[in-house]
Amino acid sequence: MTAFRTLSLAMFKGFVRDKASLFFTFVFPLLFLVIFGLLLRDAGGEKTKIALVGDGPVVSALRDSGALEFESFDDEDAAVAKVKDGDLPAALIVRGQRVDVRYAQSDQVESATVLGIVNGFVDKANLAATGQPPTYTFAAEKVEDASLAPIQYLTPGILSWGVAVSAVFGAALTLVSWRRKQVLRRIRLAPVSATSVLSSRLLVSTGVALVQGAIFIGVALLPVFGLKLSGSWWLAIPLLLLGTTAFFSLGMLVGAFTKTEEAASAAANILVLPMAFLSGTFFPVDQAPAWLRAVSNAFPLRHMNDGMLDVLVRGKGVEALLLPSAVLVGFTLVVAFLASRVFKWEE
Amino acid sequence: MTEEPAVLVRDVRKSYGELKAVDGVSFTVARGEFFGILGPNGAGKTTTLEIVEGLREPDSGEVRLLGESPWPRNVKLLPRIGVQLQASSFFERLTAKEQLRAFGSLYGVSHGTAEEMLELVGLADKADVQENKLSGGQRQRLSIACALVHDPDIVFLDEPTAALDPQARRNLWDVLRAIQERGKTIVYTTHYLDEAEILCDRVAIMDRGRVLALDPPAVLVRGLDAPTHVTLQKGLLSAVEAEAIDGVDEAREDEVSLTMSTRRPAPVLSALAERGALDGLQVRTATLEDVFLGLTGREYRA
Repeated sequence: MTAFRTLSLAMFKGFVRDKASLFFTFVFPLLFLVIFGLLLRDAGGEKTKIALVGDGPVVSALRDSGALEFESFDDEDAAVAKVKDGDLPAALIVRGQRVDVRYAQSDQVESATVLGIVNGFVDKANLAATGQPPTYTFAAEKVEDASLAPIQYLTPGILSWGVAVSAVFGAALTLVSWRRKQVLRRIRLAPVSATSVLSSRLLVSTGVALVQGAIFIGVALLPVFGLKLSGSWWLAIPLLLLGTTAFFSLGMLVGAFTKTEEAASAAANILVLPMAFLSGTFFPVDQAPAWLRAVSNAFPLRHMNDGMLDVLVRGKGVEALLLPSAVLVGFTLVVAFLASRVFKWEE
Repeated sequence: MTEEPAVLVRDVRKSYGELKAVDGVSFTVARGEFFGILGPNGAGKTTTLEIVEGLREPDSGEVRLLGESPWPRNVKLLPRIGVQLQASSFFERLTAKEQLRAFGSLYGVSHGTAEEMLELVGLADKADVQENKLSGGQRQRLSIACALVHDPDIVFLDEPTAALDPQARRNLWDVLRAIQERGKTIVYTTHYLDEAEILCDRVAIMDRGRVLALDPPAVLVRGLDAPTHVTLQKGLLSAVEAEAIDGVDEAREDEVSLTMSTRRPAPVLSALAERGALDGLQVRTATLEDVFLGLTGREYRA
């Protein structure tokens, strides 16, 4: 027990004193979070603004719904001129019972949206005017869909990625450098099992992952970024630990295969970087083409990402952890087994 | 209970393909002995040492450390042996004291030992310096301290003095002597023959995977029956006068000195003293290098 504690402490000190690894562990992913978070802050969720002339019950209903925003004009020509100039997609002109929409042809999607909304409200007003109950009923209910605000998918994505990178690199570089410097040999000559040495390194990696999680989420929660955590955010902790273990074993495999630190970091990059892009670290993978989604299912990072997204922002419960956990545990077992087969004590 | 020798090696062989790295090596090391394995690079010293330490399996032959076999990995034996490896194997970015504590913890040793070991190898004032900021000699001493931190009975050192400047080498000799005084058995490899002559109780001279000679250094040198060389400043005597002195076998002159070889140095030296011809006197007896030359017919090249 004391060997485990002293070794963990020794490795922790070694990690903390390495400025480069501190940077890549904490600052580098945070840079991505900050840059993307700020760049994409205003994207999505914005409402369409149209010109408005006149007023009436339809306009009041539209205003109440909040479906559209209005810029009021006293004069019809001025409103249409705004549409012609391309400043606004449409103008709504209300004269008593008559509701006209003048729209720009250039942006058909936006025009169709405006037309649909206005038409719907006019129909509703007509129906109400007849005093008849509707023959067909229609009910709309809000669904938590894939289209999250950017910070909501960036935070879980960058957290998973940052944890994966530092676990893979930490394990691979430690293993290679210990082999090269014959620390492994020295350990083999001591009455201590390789497992206890490895697990003390793993403990350092999981500790680092928890700190990463606290820092990244803490920053994303700042009002500038505006992350909203779901009530079940704490379920991310077991996921974080499983993910660290999985990527730690991947790092062990890389370290077992490679002979130099340079080769190990190249190999780790080749494995982790494409995985990050294809697993939804920087954009939601649901918007990707079907083939890419299929491919990304093969990556453990994709499942860690999905799990993080579900528990951190989508508010899903324990059941959302089942698949990601199963994938990560399975991945750990297979990869750790492979790593133990190719492991070499010395060059 | 009869006491087993610290190390027993019997007809050990190890080949890598065609190369016979170790070709029938046998020796024993008594407890408390300072034993040197000498030879040029590629002689098989390191492979022999690694087989003895239990890091490699010999193709054939027998190894016993304190009566136990080191191969396969013998966990019961490990706490009783201390190994310093050829490269300086340390944990990353730890201070001298932290290194010792980390290695000590592999053996369940208390932290106090770390300070004691730093004292022993003369690094007490470097306790809080990170390993990569130590000089070559200091790193070497630290790695020896790491090999000793669990108070082993046998210490294996692989070329501890290689690549050190003369002052650092001498400092290290003091450390090695201090270790022997603590009753440890030391087995070490070196390619400095002069150093082995000073430090070792017995040496095994290896070349091409075989032990060519095994004895205390003085016995090896005496057994060689090599002449003693007496050198004087040039101009005190001519070569002809020198050869006339009783006991001188041969005399040679070069630009700066006159060198006489003799097998009876005593009468030669008194004859020189009588003539007052002692300026620049140097007496060089045979060394292990001469032994190596005599054994292999080759000049010794480390």
